[in-house]
Amino acid sequence: MILQVQEVSKRFGGLQALLDVNFELAEGQIMGLIGPNGAGKTTLFNVINGVYPPTEGQVIFRGEKITGLPSYEVARRGLARAHQVVRPLNDLTVRENVMVGACFGRERHSRSSAASLADQALTQVGLIDRADQFALSLNVAQKKRLELARALAARPYLLLLDEVLAGLNPSEIAGMMETIRTIRDQGFTILMIEHIMQAVMSISDQIIVLDYGQLIAGGNPQEVANNPKVIEAYLGDPEMTARLLAE
Amino acid sequence: MNLWRQPGFWPSFLLVFLSGLVVLVLRQDTLRETAFTVLMFIGLASSLNILMGYTGYVNFGHIVFFGLGGYFGFFLVSEMGWPVYLAALGGGVLSSILAYIIGAAVLRLRGAYFALATIGVNEAARAFVSNFEPFGGSTGLYVNFSAYDRYGGAGQALWFTFILLWLVVLAVIVVSYLVKRSRFGLGLSAIREDEDTAMVMGVNAPLDKTKAFLISAFFPGLIGTLYFFKNGNVEPDDAFRFQMSLEILVMVMLGGKGLLLGPIVGAFAYERLRGYLLTSVIFKNLHLATSGLVLLLIVLFVPGGGVGWLRERFPKLRRWLE
Ligand SMILES: Nc1ncnc2c1ncn2[C@@H]1O[C@H](COP(=O)(O)OP(=O)(O)O)[C@@H](O)[C@H]1O
Ligand SMILES: [Mg+2]
Repeated sequence: MILQVQEVSKRFGGLQALLDVNFELAEGQIMGLIGPNGAGKTTLFNVINGVYPPTEGQVIFRGEKITGLPSYEVARRGLARAHQVVRPLNDLTVRENVMVGACFGRERHSRSSAASLADQALTQVGLIDRADQFALSLNVAQKKRLELARALAARPYLLLLDEVLAGLNPSEIAGMMETIRTIRDQGFTILMIEHIMQAVMSISDQIIVLDYGQLIAGGNPQEVANNPKVIEAYLGDPEMTARLLAE
Repeated sequence: MNLWRQPGFWPSFLLVFLSGLVVLVLRQDTLRETAFTVLMFIGLASSLNILMGYTGYVNFGHIVFFGLGGYFGFFLVSEMGWPVYLAALGGGVLSSILAYIIGAAVLRLRGAYFALATIGVNEAARAFVSNFEPFGGSTGLYVNFSAYDRYGGAGQALWFTFILLWLVVLAVIVVSYLVKRSRFGLGLSAIREDEDTAMVMGVNAPLDKTKAFLISAFFPGLIGTLYFFKNGNVEPDDAFRFQMSLEILVMVMLGGKGLLLGPIVGAFAYERLRGYLLTSVIFKNLHLATSGLVLLLIVLFVPGGGVGWLRERFPKLRRWLE
């Protein structure tokens, strides 16, 4: 198992954002993490990659306990992340942004080898034409791609993707899905949060469902789509229900 | 990396190199004094730039390292009889040690909170030194005239000190460039743009910004020792002038923060401006207000500073104006 999350809970003051979350992810798999808005998905990512420690529980990455390690230590061990809210380093060029991933990620490249790795990653996400522009000048779809390229350039064992499709138009979504498929085919292990059901269902080997901070279902896409608890969790969100039932 | 092949390195290095060389060739005392001041400010502004421009931590207390490092270096010369170059190194090392201690307390703060804390540090340092007897308390320290003997008399000592300062400032430029172009420097810019994201990407921000602070603090300690040695005395009011801290910061902003050439151009420009203002009756007594106003105008209208503006206006020149 590349990632084991054991009895993880997280409280923010009076708010129980995560409660007793347990799951395992095998190497080479793509796992989808779904759930209504505010369910705690991003919080779970933050706990896994050390943005803050869990209130209780353990995170084990490649056999090592990483609970409570600062995020840069987690990154060095081979875990990279694309943020839901894009966070480009605005005053750096697109290439330099991606080089940060290569320089400080798992392989800790020198600046010159990082530059060529960055160009590879940018080619892969289709952003190489913009390499010399400042990150500030990119549009939202391009910034999402930049997030992905930075994570890829770190050559991680595990990629955490937080809603990389959100805010994109249908043709951009199709393009991004294509990119994620090629990444999957290179053998990366991926844990992805996604709202767009079709996308998650078609790409994931496993899906887990979070609702009010608790895991309410898990299994392959078929099982999850037909799970009454999952349908119920989404009932408050008619749009989601429709999408889910359309599967 | 071969520095001599870097187009971004040459203009800055040459500017400083030639400024010193001209003085050595012409050998005029007044020119030397003017050049001493300009070079000193280039060194102070460039070293501040490593923390402020590269790393994004606005430090209003840079002068503390000039003051405390300078005090300590001066103490080594006047009380312990060290040669000035070794004493200056001692002053630099002490400044870095202090930066480590101060950094542990204040580098955890971000943005305006960090900036505010550094103002407090300046006042605390002045209060401490004014009451510290080994450093002469509020009257400070004087150098015995015989200390100049080993350099061939007071006149020669002044030239010797000038050459040392020139070398130190050249070293600041080289170090600034190397930091900027290194992996470490890339990490610093990531911290400047978004510290949390930098950490998620693997940048050890607590360690790297401490390192940046140590490097940034080292040079003012050297420069302070040389400056006070040249003056022959050091006292608290001279060593911890908040006004000077602000001026250094204005120079960085005026030329362009984060750029190698920025603080150099900024120091030249500001010294020029100061020359005009000092001769004007109206501005003479409004020194602090004037630097504040200049700062405000830059922040509002040319946030990239003069060199930053040139880079934006003429993209072709960018590789030379780093
Ligand atoms: N740093 C924080 N401090 C306090 N509350 C937070 C924090 N981060 C998230 N929350 C709360 O935790 C809940 C889960 O948020 P989040 O993980 O972002 O949900 P999701 O990503 O599933 O939409 C929300 O109610 C949110 O307001
Ligand atoms: Mg979220």
